[in-house]
Amino acid sequence: MKFEKKDLLDLKSLSVDEINLILDTAKSFHEILERPIKKVPTLRGKTVANLFFEPSTRTKLSFELSVKRLNADLINFSSSTSSVLKGESLIDTARNIMSMKVDALIVRHSSAGAAHILARELPISVINAGDGAHEHPTQGLLDLYSIKEKKGKIASLNVAIIGDIMHSRVARSDIWGLSKLGAKVKVCGPPTLIPKDIEKMGVKVTYFIEEALSGCDVVIMLRLQRERQKTAFISTIEEYREFFALSEEKLKLAKPDAIIMHPGPVNRGVELPVALADSSRSIILEQVTNGIAVRMAVIYLLLT
Amino acid sequence: MKIMGSEEIKRTLLKLTSNFLKKNKSLDEVVIIGIQRRGATLASRISEIIKSLKGKKLPVGTLDITLYRDDLSRISYQPIIRSTDIPFSIDDKHLLLVDDVLYSGRTVRAALDALLDHGRPKKIELLVFVDRSHRELPIQADYVGKKIMSLPGQIVEVKLKEMDEKEEVVILEKKKDEI
Repeated sequence: MKFEKKDLLDLKSLSVDEINLILDTAKSFHEILERPIKKVPTLRGKTVANLFFEPSTRTKLSFELSVKRLNADLINFSSSTSSVLKGESLIDTARNIMSMKVDALIVRHSSAGAAHILARELPISVINAGDGAHEHPTQGLLDLYSIKEKKGKIASLNVAIIGDIMHSRVARSDIWGLSKLGAKVKVCGPPTLIPKDIEKMGVKVTYFIEEALSGCDVVIMLRLQRERQKTAFISTIEEYREFFALSEEKLKLAKPDAIIMHPGPVNRGVELPVALADSSRSIILEQVTNGIAVRMAVIYLLLT
Repeated sequence: MKIMGSEEIKRTLLKLTSNFLKKNKSLDEVVIIGIQRRGATLASRISEIIKSLKGKKLPVGTLDITLYRDDLSRISYQPIIRSTDIPFSIDDKHLLLVDDVLYSGRTVRAALDALLDHGRPKKIELLVFVDRSHRELPIQADYVGKKIMSLPGQIVEVKLKEMDEKEEVVILEKKKDEI
């Protein structure tokens, strides 16, 4: 099977076959990360540009490493040190970088749809590394990969996504991917942080964490995006912690082998107590490793 | 056109294995690695034969060479990447590399590059079931099951029951679009 799409923009538009192709390819790339020489010559001569208009640690480094593991060259762009400050537009910036004979752009932007615009305007591959509160497809894919690795399947699993659903592009990518592969998804958070009509994405909504956790196989905790809490979505951090943070006690409602996931960065002691973040049930750091395998797979499938 | 049947495949594999054993009295440092997919199947069959003859189970691994191909940007399809599984160190080992058909030599070139990313074997030998000539690179096998005269456009296929439900070697006239 060939991956026919030019770009990876969201999970909404991927077919089940395309998702499975990416996950299967990622499995082959995972093995490379365990080798003494963690590099394959596959994309020798290709060039990829990281365009980050928003801060990021994990995603940026993960993409950077994925590109390098495939032997492609990488150039880094971050808006804070660029001509964007002189007023250059997104499309002009991207066109100029493309003119340097770049084969793919990896784009992180605070506006939903930024990657879609570039994909439409430019003939080269565009990978969405997070656009506003819209989607973060490679995070969604690495979450699917991590769940499949631990549970052996995705279909019919009960998955709870808990926290700030409204501002979370990860939640949206997870929901699309999980529903396409047949998981049952519940989302949970304070009513002010659950977007209206999210049920239309095929999920159940609850405002009680106990109900979300009950009988679930996978718990995905989201970061409370404190930088976006200036308008009163929640009363206080303390109150949020009381009602929506995970705890040993609440976790007993989930299945005994339920795993804890988090897209990072973790607010230790806010949504997730320190002890649980570091416990054997947490696969947070494995998600980070898997992220490289998944991003290698995406870049490979788009550039060959 | 069928050129080998299941009995002949069995005999050839036995002959290949005993040629290898004749040349190598000590098996202490020997590991076997098969190139995905049919080379991998042949590698595990060879290790079974060695086990039955010598009572020794040699380490067996599989190698996928897709990511090392020199034509990835020239072919129109995306080859499926199969698993590379080498659960042991190949450093300082005597490595027997196994594949089904030796043709241009490009697969073996890719395999050698891939192996060197896993370690530094003391010696690598190549065992192929069929050598159909038309080499494009200076690569030769140490052990050859059968030499076949073929034309460049033809396809030579080794079919094994583990994946093809048949045991035979055939020459096909037409070029297939996927290998």
